[in-house]
Amino acid sequence: MEHNVFKKISGIVFGMLGPDLIKKMSSVKVVTPELYDREGYPVDGGLMDVRLGVIDPGLRCKTCGGNLRDCMGHFGYLELARPVVHLKYADIIVNFLRCTCRECGKILSAKKVTEITEDEEETVTEKKARMTSLRNVKKCPHCNAKQFAIKLERPTTILEDDKRLSPIDIRLRLEKVNDEDVQKLGLNPQYARPEWMILTMLPVPPVTIRPSITLETGERSEDDLTHKLGDIVRINQRLFENINAGAPEIIIEDLWDLLQYHITTYFDNNVTQIPPARHRSGQALKTITERIKSKEGRFRQNLAGKRVNYAARTVISPDSKIELDEVGVPLKVAMDLTVPERVTEWNLKRLKKFVENGPTKYVGSNYVVRPDGKKKKITDETQEQLLEELQPGYVVERHLMDGDIAIFNRQPSLHRMSIMAHKIRVLPGNSFRLNPATCNPYNADFDGDEMNLHIPQTEEARAEAEILMEVQTQVITPKDGSNIIGCNDDAVTGNYILTKDLDLNKEEAIYLLHSVGVFDPVKFDRLKSKVTGKELFSVLLPDDFDFIGKSKNKEKVVIKHGVLVEGIIDKITIGGDKGEMVRSIISKYGTEFGLQFLGRIFRLGIAVLLKYGLTTSISDIDLPSDVSQKIRETIYNSERRVDQLIEQYHDKSMEPLPGLTLEATVERKIMETLDKCRTKVGEIVSESNLNVNPTIMMALSGAKGSYLNLAMMSACVGQQALRGKRIDLGYRGRTLSLFKKGELTPKSRGFIRNGYKEGLSPEEYFMHAMTGRDSLMDTALRTPKSGYLYRRLSSALQDIKIEYDQTVRDADHNIIQFIYGDDGLDVSRTENGKINVPKIIREVLSD
Amino acid sequence: MLPKHLQEKIDGYAKKYKISDKNVIEITKRVEEANEYGIIAPGEAIGIVTAECFGERATQMTLNTFHFSGVAEMNITVGLPRLIEIFDARKNPSTPQMEIPLRPKFSKNIDMVRIVAMKIKETLLGEIIQEITINIAKSNIMVILDKKKLKDLDLKPKFVFDKIVAGLKTCDVKEVDGGILIKPKDKEINLSEVYKLKEKAKSIHIGGLKGITYVLPVKNDEGIYIVHCVGSNLKDALELEEADTENIRTNNIFETSTVLGIEAARAAILQESLHVIRGQGIDLNIRHIMLLADVMTRTGIVKGVTRTGISGEKESVIARASFETPIKHIINATLIGERDPLNSVIENVVINQPVPLGTGLPKLVAKKEAMESGKPKK
Repeated sequence: MEHNVFKKISGIVFGMLGPDLIKKMSSVKVVTPELYDREGYPVDGGLMDVRLGVIDPGLRCKTCGGNLRDCMGHFGYLELARPVVHLKYADIIVNFLRCTCRECGKILSAKKVTEITEDEEETVTEKKARMTSLRNVKKCPHCNAKQFAIKLERPTTILEDDKRLSPIDIRLRLEKVNDEDVQKLGLNPQYARPEWMILTMLPVPPVTIRPSITLETGERSEDDLTHKLGDIVRINQRLFENINAGAPEIIIEDLWDLLQYHITTYFDNNVTQIPPARHRSGQALKTITERIKSKEGRFRQNLAGKRVNYAARTVISPDSKIELDEVGVPLKVAMDLTVPERVTEWNLKRLKKFVENGPTKYVGSNYVVRPDGKKKKITDETQEQLLEELQPGYVVERHLMDGDIAIFNRQPSLHRMSIMAHKIRVLPGNSFRLNPATCNPYNADFDGDEMNLHIPQTEEARAEAEILMEVQTQVITPKDGSNIIGCNDDAVTGNYILTKDLDLNKEEAIYLLHSVGVFDPVKFDRLKSKVTGKELFSVLLPDDFDFIGKSKNKEKVVIKHGVLVEGIIDKITIGGDKGEMVRSIISKYGTEFGLQFLGRIFRLGIAVLLKYGLTTSISDIDLPSDVSQKIRETIYNSERRVDQLIEQYHDKSMEPLPGLTLEATVERKIMETLDKCRTKVGEIVSESNLNVNPTIMMALSGAKGSYLNLAMMSACVGQQALRGKRIDLGYRGRTLSLFKKGELTPKSRGFIRNGYKEGLSPEEYFMHAMTGRDSLMDTALRTPKSGYLYRRLSSALQDIKIEYDQTVRDADHNIIQFIYGDDGLDVSRTENGKINVPKIIREVLSD
Repeated sequence: MLPKHLQEKIDGYAKKYKISDKNVIEITKRVEEANEYGIIAPGEAIGIVTAECFGERATQMTLNTFHFSGVAEMNITVGLPRLIEIFDARKNPSTPQMEIPLRPKFSKNIDMVRIVAMKIKETLLGEIIQEITINIAKSNIMVILDKKKLKDLDLKPKFVFDKIVAGLKTCDVKEVDGGILIKPKDKEINLSEVYKLKEKAKSIHIGGLKGITYVLPVKNDEGIYIVHCVGSNLKDALELEEADTENIRTNNIFETSTVLGIEAARAAILQESLHVIRGQGIDLNIRHIMLLADVMTRTGIVKGVTRTGISGEKESVIARASFETPIKHIINATLIGERDPLNSVIENVVINQPVPLGTGLPKLVAKKEAMESGKPKK
């Protein structure tokens, strides 16, 4: 293999560039601000000098001879007419000036230098502390020279005793400090001599990091950095000329300041004290600091996250007929993305067929890679030739086929289940298809969501994806050990209806089983001519499966030897997050079977609904007249009770609760009453033995909704709460101007006595909109907050891993835990981090 | 080998249900298998898993800052803001609170409890006076104590007097008929300074625990009286003879760390985070919180999950720079010629090399030269 991955870089050392080094590493001395001559050819000694690297395809570098791909570019240098302070080091320069003598350059410490600790281990903070302690020394203990106060006038002007120090003077002083003292002051003189912080030489970055772009009009548009460098070179040249011509000092000073300004903004164009340098259009230039910093900067945009090839993105839509670990890929996508396959003598014939088909006929191929690494596109012209020369050692980049591994992802990728490996299933259409059971881990729905697909390109990548990332490996979450994949919505309702009281004849049963994907004649033979829903469900269960659990209505669910004996299947047994039976199956028969089983019961549920129908209607939430009468009475009574409380409050006959004022007491009592009212309404609805209709069936099975939601639709929406209180905002003493001041009645504080079906009164509607808006706000504000918390957490914890000795350590090998979680167990491989001993005992004893 | 607690569990069940030896052996075998299967794989990037669990759960939490626990003064920060507060390792929580359970001896009835509670609450001079007046002409301050309140709090006037003397060192304090006269020693004093002095006098600490602004005694399910306090002062609370000192709880993690040490702080982080998460009706395995608490307290001081805390103290320059304030980190690295050893995740992502986690962790021991020459080198 020619693509062995070796760890090539073992460390990176950071250091400062001194003038000598700058000169040494440069290939060009920049002398003119002009970029191109009249023919449009780069000027020698200009900022686009051909020796600085190539940015045009086809040209070769004058320095190294490489083309666009090989040449990384070369630095140049600019000799500054007068030295200039480096903006980012201004603070350190000031510290140095304060801590060293202005005459002899020694540290201003009464102790001999050797007495200052020689400890190599001394931390940076300790060194910094010493620097500040030397600030106020008035006289040099070595040469008795008087010291003056040094002040930094931001960003780059340094004052001594309120007189300005020129960078030349500063540099002279810093040069005097010997290496030993430099080290004492917290710098490593090998990498950072203090005088290097005053620039005499400016490195000119290669053109490759500041490429110019050619506009449609043929005009060239230069990069911001090139503009800025142009300014610097221009001013520098003028300064040179003026100094040589012996111009008056004041002109030179002005130009010097201007040079300082340009170099400062070249490093950072967002310094608060000075105006940012701008384009002619008025837009601020993006210089070095802005390139690196923030979310759009180099680090977070280009280094921590990178763009990739072999990826696709499109809208997703559901298809419960494909397996959970499959993804439906549109033919168009399948013919554009490729998998490289190496030619051997055994697959030559097969791959030849792909090349023959070419890029336009499905299962064809788009590229052929020769053993020397040359990539050839298959076109009508090249096809025949490539077909002829194809032999072992070549690589064919063929179209995607069923069963290929793909990595599927939906943003935001909040947990590892947001990126899973699926097997490809090429389908007609234009959208990615996924099994609706896998919506939960991706947090996807089909209202226009888009997802990304990546095709791993090496055997290693495919193997890792298949073993570590496939859907079946991710069913149990590491959060709390629950199954994140399970039946949802219609699949739950369908299984509920099936196992509750559905009777079918054998033909119907086999029809359903076929549509689910079960074709087992042995199991079909066992069915009698009349089949109950429970029997049908049992067909999907393994023969030796035993399970005892509970259903949503607290009844027992018993499965004995693969037969559902008792109970109704609902959300508690097969749903996502809870799904006890799903977990039981997975722990007994493995994730692979578990996933297949889930797919089958999911399809079964939907097939049942397809055949027997499930329709909701407004009349589903109609209540019998006696029930609605009862509800009306309950609400009326509660309102009377509140009236009484208010009365008691007004005539002061109410006793305040301990620690509460009278106002708070009445408020609390009213809230309690109204809360109770809604609970009671909910109870009345659930206890009133309504006719079982689809809406209620959904609530009963746990698929969607609850009795409380039903009560809200048909009877009473209830109290609208804002920050745990009744609504009390708005005008002075009242929520809306139609109420009296100080009114405490339920309706004036956001109690909605009507149900959604009857409709809300205007003031109720208003209150409802208030809480609705509040919850929208909450969501909008929460997302960035939790996002930032997440970013901080992952940045702090990302390199913590389990070592081979089971200890938990960080990247520097510091031990964090001696054994993970006190027992070394993985949450996703056990039952929420525990070994269920009673369950194992029960299993053993029943064998 | 089976861990001790599992072996004990099996033995316990075996005894209780009289399971035959043959079955016990089978059970032990299966538990061993389950345990072995459950052991976490070396190289597992457990840190990022923890971060994911928290991060994903945090998006489901509410932002509603305050939880109304009955009394207006007893608000506590819950939900996401509280979680952020804990992870930031702030010195002072936005709503400090303490729970002090009382010993049965001192809490036989509600009246006794009330007295204890009032002893716990910080009493300032301003709260027990009937009147405080400034005599402009003489530049002095007259304090008249509230007898009833003194009696309620079981305080002697002499005791209060001594506290005033101790609290105002720059003044002459005299007892005059019915009140206490405070006179500045400095003769040349202007009116605004007298006014300041008055405010200072009002905030003199008379009794109780400093920082406790409100107390609420509550009887819990087990019949023990617990004094809920707004404000926290663990150090002084531990010295109360009425308190069941072993079960005092404060939500101030930093205070816990200074008073009781780092292990207590770790337990406090664990308890507080768990409290927030459970309070939101979210289930999260405890080992995730344990790992985070361990990371935060590993060095012996509580460190926040911030750029100045854990993330700011990494060995790698690039890792620090890629989190926040990149320029600062790079500039400082140049000064000392810092070497980035490239041994954690992000810097290897930055330079396109395999990350030392999971499948990127194993290394070949064979020498490259030896492989190429085909002969093993000695």
